[in-house]
Amino acid sequence: MRVALIHPLIKRTGEGDRNRLDSITLTQIPQEKSERAVPSLKQKSRFNAERLFKGILLLFSLLILLIVLAIFFELIRSSSLSLKTFGFSFVTGRVWDPVKEIYGALPFIYGTVVSSLIAMAISIPVSLGVALFLTEWAPLWMRTIVSFLVELLAAIPSVIYGLWGIFVMIPFLRTNVAPFLQETFGFLPLFDGPFYGVSLLSAGLILSIMVLPTITAVSREVFLAVPQELREAVLALGGTRWESIRLAVLKMSRSGIIGAVVLGLGRALGETMAVTMVIGNRPEIVASLFSPGYSLASVIANEFSEATTPLYLSALAECGLILLAVTFVVNGLARLLVRKKSA
Amino acid sequence: MKNFHYHRRKWTNRIFVFLCGGACLVSVLVLGLLLGYVVYKGISAIDWAFFTQPPTPVGEPGGGMANAIIGTLILISIASVIGIPIGIATGLYLAEYGRGRFADSIRYLTDVLNGLPSIVMGLFAYALIVIPMGGFSGWSGGVALSLLMIPVIVRTTEEVVKLVPNSIREGALALGIPHWKVILRIVVSTAKGGIVTAVMLAVARIMGETAPLLFTAFGNQFWQTNPSEPMAAMTLQIFTYAISPYDDWHAKAWAGALVLVMMSLLFNITARFFTMRGLKKM
Repeated sequence: MRVALIHPLIKRTGEGDRNRLDSITLTQIPQEKSERAVPSLKQKSRFNAERLFKGILLLFSLLILLIVLAIFFELIRSSSLSLKTFGFSFVTGRVWDPVKEIYGALPFIYGTVVSSLIAMAISIPVSLGVALFLTEWAPLWMRTIVSFLVELLAAIPSVIYGLWGIFVMIPFLRTNVAPFLQETFGFLPLFDGPFYGVSLLSAGLILSIMVLPTITAVSREVFLAVPQELREAVLALGGTRWESIRLAVLKMSRSGIIGAVVLGLGRALGETMAVTMVIGNRPEIVASLFSPGYSLASVIANEFSEATTPLYLSALAECGLILLAVTFVVNGLARLLVRKKSA
Repeated sequence: MKNFHYHRRKWTNRIFVFLCGGACLVSVLVLGLLLGYVVYKGISAIDWAFFTQPPTPVGEPGGGMANAIIGTLILISIASVIGIPIGIATGLYLAEYGRGRFADSIRYLTDVLNGLPSIVMGLFAYALIVIPMGGFSGWSGGVALSLLMIPVIVRTTEEVVKLVPNSIREGALALGIPHWKVILRIVVSTAKGGIVTAVMLAVARIMGETAPLLFTAFGNQFWQTNPSEPMAAMTLQIFTYAISPYDDWHAKAWAGALVLVMMSLLFNITARFFTMRGLKKM
């Protein structure tokens, strides 16, 4: 039994060693040193070619920096009119009325946050469960196949999630899940009122499927990075497999798990099409998850190409700016958390 | 008493195996349900006209998505022409020269770019191209998509180029070949398979994107191969059909979904196959 437990370790450290190859730095190529008296013509031209090539590659890399800066700049510029007109009241305003030209983004922020929270509440336990099962219990062949299948979920285009949500998931929710929730938890304001089909709940459910591969993949990597010795230490003390997970794996990978979750959250906040198709697109703040809502990304998707006045366009661009700023912060945070652990 | 404690621990373990295994089962089941429905609904709606004819007006039977298929291909081509060189060059830079703070910040920005919501790229392309050009166009759609390709290509290229063993580089350098030529001729050709994978993953990603095209390429019900005009795309067409109230259009949406999913899966699975084989070879 012990032997069987240790066996995957051998393979695992093998994987680690291969990755460690990356960190072995290539010996710097001795370039023509300046203290050398007069470089020959051939050496000189080679030196220039070297610099030219590196310069070209550098230029392309700088382009990335330029693109990110340009995205921020353009979005701030596009939303400057709305920023000036509404100021901070844009994010606290509850009225979105294009006819009267009053724009407040709070309903969208509410919808984005609530649908993402539902997604997280469902997705976190499921994806951590999948990741744990794959790294701790499943045999190697199963790990390969199931992680491949779960990652396929990420390959499905979001418009198809939306299509599936409209025609398969919502009818299922309407006939099976919503009546049950209403009967059992109807006293809570969360499950109050009639179920329209398109709702915050549907959006959250679709999102929970869409972020599952992200959280699973990242947390799986984090779990695999936990040294096998720690698990074995718990097992050697007579602990069960679950105890080794709780005491060694989960404890060691706490910041990595948070990173994975935050990364998933970033995905959920910015997801557009699938949410637009199932959230109901109504700018209201209602406590019930059964009622339709709206999200920042979907209001842009729905209204941007029809917006006629400069202020309307600008207000929608500001929704984009909020989204940009939030995902920027969230992703930066996630990267920090995940990198620190695996380093 | 001790016995009770022991059993409780054993049962906790069992319960968690069961829960985690159940989570696996549920995820695979959801994938099955998704793909199953797409195939089931799509197969019955797909026919030859779907690939050869543009859409018909509401109520008129027949018609297909040929214009959207061509549109998607054109958009992918525009995006590739912009995105592939930038992506590969940056990936090479990071892998070969990428030490120090500057390279780290480029890596960071690439990750940031990768995590930005795709609709933001649409807003960016709108401000950058649609407004100056005075109208929706295929060009702007292509640019928006290229921004989504770049981070995928950069990170994957960097990874595969780093996998090229240093002994190969050192051997070439020992023969007196300059470093830039070593990179261009030897490192790149060794990592060729991996770089192709990077491009395929990027194409697979943008193939399914809708949000950045909504107000750039905009969509078009007619034949249009001029990128200066609004251009149809499969994802846009599926979206329009899916939220319409007509059953006939819903069927077309499923057919489009089937084609799109199959293409996307094909690209992803091939790319993955290449990576696995490539890794084994190295």
